[in-house]
Amino acid sequence: MQAKALKFDIPSDLSESRRVHQQIMAAVADGGYSEDAIFAIKLAIEEALVNAIKHGNKLDPRKRVHVEANVGPEEVEIIIEDEGPGFARCAVPDPTADENLTKCSGRGLLLMEAYMHTVEYSNNGRRVRLVRKRD
Amino acid sequence: MPENIPPISVVSHKDIRIVEFTNNKILDEANIEGIRRTIDSLIDETDRPKLLLDFGAVDHLSSAALGMLINCNNRVKARNGQLRLANIKPQILEVFVITKLNKLFKILPTREEALASFMAG
Repeated sequence: MQAKALKFDIPSDLSESRRVHQQIMAAVADGGYSEDAIFAIKLAIEEALVNAIKHGNKLDPRKRVHVEANVGPEEVEIIIEDEGPGFARCAVPDPTADENLTKCSGRGLLLMEAYMHTVEYSNNGRRVRLVRKRD
Repeated sequence: MPENIPPISVVSHKDIRIVEFTNNKILDEANIEGIRRTIDSLIDETDRPKLLLDFGAVDHLSSAALGMLINCNNRVKARNGQLRLANIKPQILEVFVITKLNKLFKILPTREEALASFMAG
């Protein structure tokens, strides 16, 4: 397959993120990735985009979200960066702890990390790099 | 599907409300909010509500959807009701296992088993 590179610069708007999500997933499907990989990538992108827009940029329409996706023959790489204050991964509580099980939020990072082969945070947590290798 | 119509259908079996998701994706925030409002109104209909959520059509969900389900569980418990989840595909069940929410929810393999698991009263 031929590698495909996509780049987006969107406002902090969940309907815009839907469009980005759909375009990246179309490229992943064209790349012949397995159903499991598609499930994983779809979930991780959803979580990362919502994190950037809601928790990073706090839905501020003046702030942007920058997205890069590289769909290659061996792996899919997605980089998502917001313009918010950033966060420390180690400060996020473990949602699987008994005392947190009934809390309604806080599972996005756990799911991204469970379903992707690489999850790297940089720029103070504003930037996340996700990689899923071909099965 | 228009976003103001929640992608679910509701049927009754005796005093049990069965909610079936009619869209294969429970990802989108707008859809999730619509589902939450509909389920909340079902829970508020009665004391000791009995609610069965049928996931047979669901292929994808997100952490926001899990949050909506936890909210639903908390509200049912607050009214001394019973909540069951059923018919969950293996890929989706894995999400519940990863998040350990399989410990929080009562999950049954089929709708029939879930219906049979409700306690009388």
